[in-house]
Amino acid sequence: MNAELLYRSEERRNRRVLSGLFLLLLLLSALFLFAGRYPKGGFTFPRDLAENRMMQNIMLNIRLPRILLALIAGAILSAAGFTFQMLFANPLVEPGFLGVSQGSAFGAALVIVVGTNSSAMVQVSATFFGLLALGASYYLAKRFRFGGWLLRLVLSGIAVSAIFSSALGVIKLVAEPTKDLQDITFWMMGGLWNSNWKQILTVMPIVLFCLVVLYSYRWKMNLLSLQEKSAYSVGLNPKRDRTVLLVVATVGTTLTISLTGLIGWVGLIMPHLARKLFGSDSKAALPGSMVMGALFLLLCDTVGRTLLPTEIPIGLLTSFIGAIIFMVILSLKHQDGKA
Amino acid sequence: MTAIKIEDLSFTYPSGTQALANISLEVVESSTLALIGSNGAGKSTLMDLLFGWKPSSAITLFRKPLKEYGRKELGRHIALVPQSEHYNFSFTLLDYTLFGRAPYLAEMASPTDKDVRIAYEALEMVGLASFAQRSITSLSGGEGQLVLIARAIAQQSRVLLLDEPTSALDPANRRKVIEILSSLHEQGKTIIFTTHDAQFAYELATHVAMLKGGKLLAFGTKEEVVTSSLLTTLYETPMTVCAVGGKTLIY
Repeated sequence: MNAELLYRSEERRNRRVLSGLFLLLLLLSALFLFAGRYPKGGFTFPRDLAENRMMQNIMLNIRLPRILLALIAGAILSAAGFTFQMLFANPLVEPGFLGVSQGSAFGAALVIVVGTNSSAMVQVSATFFGLLALGASYYLAKRFRFGGWLLRLVLSGIAVSAIFSSALGVIKLVAEPTKDLQDITFWMMGGLWNSNWKQILTVMPIVLFCLVVLYSYRWKMNLLSLQEKSAYSVGLNPKRDRTVLLVVATVGTTLTISLTGLIGWVGLIMPHLARKLFGSDSKAALPGSMVMGALFLLLCDTVGRTLLPTEIPIGLLTSFIGAIIFMVILSLKHQDGKA
Repeated sequence: MTAIKIEDLSFTYPSGTQALANISLEVVESSTLALIGSNGAGKSTLMDLLFGWKPSSAITLFRKPLKEYGRKELGRHIALVPQSEHYNFSFTLLDYTLFGRAPYLAEMASPTDKDVRIAYEALEMVGLASFAQRSITSLSGGEGQLVLIARAIAQQSRVLLLDEPTSALDPANRRKVIEILSSLHEQGKTIIFTTHDAQFAYELATHVAMLKGGKLLAFGTKEEVVTSSLLTTLYETPMTVCAVGGKTLIY
């Protein structure tokens, strides 16, 4: 048996599947530009487009940025979840499990209530508190004197999340009910309805940069799932690499959810499915989960904005679908022993 | 040529516990050194110091202070086989063995065909090549240990460190590990391993260092050092070394 051929044929298979998914993503993105509830629910035919100025405007300035946001948000949430799973050597974590989501939610709500309701401030505050929550979870897990590392991490994540969500509760209590409270509630449910070109052009370049950094680590990330001593012994600087990746993944996530609100489960489920499809080597599975995350969020958002006359918040959809997939995966897990 | 030189090495943990005191020894290239001693004797600490995980200025590797090695450069000179590894993702054995090639790859690069070939040969050497595409999570404990050795072989370093390589193995796998390490020794590798098992140390090593309470009790060729009286002092329990039919038995 020729080892190189075997390895490369596996690689080629993965590349074919990835290209296929990417092509599907492009086709669906183009197709969904024509889907919506204007002028009536369903698809608009291109021949109706030529005479309809309003329709052109909606497609270019509302649907196109929204679809781009869905693609980038899906890719980064999924990639960040994947990164966290590798770094903590645990297929069951995502940034949300370590307090990042609740921290960002608190940060966003704080700015909304204080009244400096500029989107830049929401982004900065959500990112800051997301990172703070991550740091606090990590620090607490080091300090805990109970259980193994993973258990301590999950427990400290629960504790930090609880503190931020109770603080968030206080903010909601004092929030002005007709405006601020609504803003906060919608933010918590997640949605891409606020997307516009300005956001895409200001925030998304940073998120794209985060995606590129994570992507460049795609093979090395494997090594960071080993115990730290092993990673060190094969010539890595695991402390430095881990810090870089954690910060990049967290900044990407919090910047994204500062625009979209909380969108849960993407970062947990998509990496799982990607590993099923591409194998555990993160060289293939990381790009795989980026594309699958983008696909998943695009589908959820399109369903959310077209299915009913009122929009279904995307966070509700991803949680609902994600939780069902999660249950199915965990029930099947023992059959093939794959994580 | 001296592979590793340790000069008056002491190590104290931040908590204040002194783990090692005034250790000096020289490991000749292509020799096999067993570090033996009871639990808490300082064997694991010494291993951690030897591959740079804990910093020390008392260690020289191939005449260059360990501290002066770059991260990847050190990875090309010294490989570690840890006592165990957590397998949370179902990498194939080939994927996993390829991790040993990391010190040879440029930053952010992926393995080349040459790396794949070397990793596959390492799997052949430990007898697991036919399982190259199998998931690492499906392996038994003994096979898991063999894959860890394969990863270190793929690293193609001149020095190999093994932390308790046989502590969790059944007799068949233990024999296999001895055979693999013996053939690596014949290829000229310098091997350093820790063990509780004096018999195993005697079978495999050319040299033995005895650690007791963080101090070097004795160091020399195994014939010089592995004696009933030194072993009895080392383990604080009566031990006997005797020759039976051309074989040395320790009990």
